[in-house]
Amino acid sequence: MGKTLYDKIWDEHQIIVNSDDSSLIYIDRHLVHEVTSPQAFEGLKLDQREIWNKDSIYAVSDHNVPTSARNHGIEDKISKLQVDTLVKNCKENNITYFDLNDVNQGIVHVIGPELGITQPGMTLVCGDSHTSTHGALAALAFGIGTSDVEHVLATQCINVKKAKNMKISIKNNLREFVTPKDVILYVIKKIGTSGGTAHTIEFTGECISEMSIEGRMTICNMSIEAGAKSGLVAFDDKTFNYVINRKHTPPKKYIENATKYWETLRSDNDASFDSVHEFDADLIVPQVSWGTSPEMTVDVTGNIPDPSKIQDPKKRDSIARALKYMGLEPNQSINSITLDKVFIGSCTNSRIEDLRAAASILEGKKVANSIKQAMVVPGSGHVKIQAEKEGLDRIFIDSGFEWREPGCSMCLGMNDDSLSPYERCASTSNRNFEGRQGDRGRTHLVSPAMAAIAAVKGHFCDITDL
Amino acid sequence: MKNKIISGQVIPINQANIDTDAIIPKQYLKSINKSGFGKFLFDSLRYSKPGTLDDHEDREPNMDFILNKEPFNTGKILIANDNFGCGSSREHAVWAIKDFGIEAIISTSFADIFSRNSYKNGILLITINKDILEKLFEEIINSSDYILTIDVLNQSLTGPNNLAVRFEINESDKERIIHGYDDIAITLKKKNQIIEYEQKMKKNKPWLFSDE
Repeated sequence: MGKTLYDKIWDEHQIIVNSDDSSLIYIDRHLVHEVTSPQAFEGLKLDQREIWNKDSIYAVSDHNVPTSARNHGIEDKISKLQVDTLVKNCKENNITYFDLNDVNQGIVHVIGPELGITQPGMTLVCGDSHTSTHGALAALAFGIGTSDVEHVLATQCINVKKAKNMKISIKNNLREFVTPKDVILYVIKKIGTSGGTAHTIEFTGECISEMSIEGRMTICNMSIEAGAKSGLVAFDDKTFNYVINRKHTPPKKYIENATKYWETLRSDNDASFDSVHEFDADLIVPQVSWGTSPEMTVDVTGNIPDPSKIQDPKKRDSIARALKYMGLEPNQSINSITLDKVFIGSCTNSRIEDLRAAASILEGKKVANSIKQAMVVPGSGHVKIQAEKEGLDRIFIDSGFEWREPGCSMCLGMNDDSLSPYERCASTSNRNFEGRQGDRGRTHLVSPAMAAIAAVKGHFCDITDL
Repeated sequence: MKNKIISGQVIPINQANIDTDAIIPKQYLKSINKSGFGKFLFDSLRYSKPGTLDDHEDREPNMDFILNKEPFNTGKILIANDNFGCGSSREHAVWAIKDFGIEAIISTSFADIFSRNSYKNGILLITINKDILEKLFEEIINSSDYILTIDVLNQSLTGPNNLAVRFEINESDKERIIHGYDDIAITLKKKNQIIEYEQKMKKNKPWLFSDE
C-alpha cells in the first residue's frame, strides 16, 4: 500500500520506535522566539546541558516587539527583559538571531519560509502553535511547548506519537475575491475546532494546486484552529519556484539531489487516509467569524445564529454566551455589524500577497470616519520593503491606515497594539477567543480583502458584490 | 509498586473549547520564569479587571467565578467539557494549572499540544465519554462539595454514590505521572542512535546541514 506525504516525512525522520506507541523523531530546523524559550534555555543551564546543533536553530523576537518608533527600543520593561533574554541566550549559545532592526526580522512563521530556512521534506518545530504554517512547503511542522523546546535544544529530537492521516480535498477554483482565508474559515466551520485533533491534515484538490504558496501558508497556518498540529500540501512546481534562490536555500551543488527527493513529497495514489473531507471551492463565499471560536463562522451573506432555534442545550448555551460576549443579536445580518478597528497582519495574513489584496481594494478610497484605528503590520522586513517598492504603503497611508513595523502585533496584543474593552475589530488574524486581542475586545476573523472593504464602509459587506 | 492517588475537591467548568488564552492571558507570558502563574489562572474570569505581571495585587475578585468560591478555590481536579486546552502552545497554561494546585483534569477530549504539555508537567488528563461527563456535572452541581479520588496505577476514578469509572491511559504517561521523568536524560541515553542517524543524513541529504 502507498504512503501519504505525512507517512513519508515521518518515516524519513523516525530514528526509533519506542516501547510505548511513540517514536523518536529527528528535527531538522528549530525556530525560536522570545515568549516560549527563556525557561527552556534556563532549564538547559540548570542541568548543564549543551545545545545539540546550534546551526539548526534560528531565533527572532516577534510577539512582544513594538510596531512603531522602533528607534526608541522597547519601552515596556517586562517585554524588554524577555527580548533581551532571548538576545543573551542566542549570544551565549552562538545561535543565529535576527535583531529588531534587521531586515530579516519578522513574524517567525513569515521569515522561516521567506528566508529559505523552511525546506520541503524537513521536520521543523517552534514553540508556537502556528508552526503548522510551514507545512505549505511540504515540510512536517508543528508547534511545541517549552518543555519540548528544551528537549529539542538538547537532543535534536522529539518523542511523539504519530498522528492519523486526514485528507481535505477541495475541488474547483475560488471565485473572484474569495481567498485562502475564506477557504480555511469555511473548512473550520464545517469540521469544527476539534475536527482535526490527533490528525495531520493534507490539503489537496484543484483549489489547493492552483493556490499560491502564500495562500497555502494561510491554509496550513489555521490547521491548528481545526485542532490539527500540522497541515501539509504536496510539493509541486510552485513549491520549487518558491524555495529556490532564497537566503538559506540549499547550495547550488545540492539542488539537483534535493529536487529529486522533493519530488517524492506527495501522497501516493493508493495511499490510505484515516478520514477524508471533500469540499467545493465554487460554493465558498467570503467568511466572517461572529463568535469566540474560529468555528463560529458564517458566510458574509448570512446571519448571526439564533440560539433559541438550537436543539442541543450545550450548543445553545455556548452560542448564547458567545453572542453576549460579542455584543450581537440573534439573526442580525453580518452586513449590519459596525466596526471600531481594522487589523491587517499576523502569521496568517501579513505576506506580500495579502497586502496587495488589501491595497487593491483601498486604492483611491478612504477609511470610514467611524473607524477609530486601521493598521497594516507587514509580516517581515522583507515584506515591508517589497510593499514599499510597489507603493502599497502609500495606498494604505493615503486611505487612512497606519503603516507599521513587522511583528505579531494585534493578533494577540502582547505589545501596545490591542483592543480596548468592547471594541470591535475586523482582523485578518487567526483567533477570536475571548480577550485574545485585548481584554473584552471583540474579534471578527476575515480575509485581507474583507478587512479592507470593512474599513472603507465602517461595517462588513460582501466584497464579491461590489 | 509505587502509585499515585489524587483525591480532592472537583472544580466543574461546564464549557467546551476552553482555550489557552482563557486559561492564562497573554500579558503573563512575558515572564521569563516558570513559577508563580497560579494566581493568573483564568485571570479574566477571576478578576474584575486585567492585571499585569508587575501590577495585579489590587484587584477585586469576581465572586461569581468558581475559582473564587469555597471549596473550589482549593480544588485539585478540574472537570470541563470537550476540547479542553485548544489554541496556543503556551506551556504557561499548564504551569498556571499546576501552580494553582490542580493535579488532574477530566474531559471528553483535550487539544494535542496542551495534552503533551500537561504530561511533561505531571498533570494527569482523564478522558471519559460524554454520558459519564454529563452525569458527573449533574451530580457535582447538586452537591455543595464533591470529592473524587483517582488511583493512577489502577486507572480508576471513584466518588460519591458508588461512582466507579475506569479510564484509559497509556503506560508511559502513567509512569510519567507516578514517577516523574527527566525526558531529556532518557532521550540522551539514545545518543548514539541519534548520532548515527545524523551521520547517515549528512551523507544522504547534505543540504539539510549546509546553507552557506
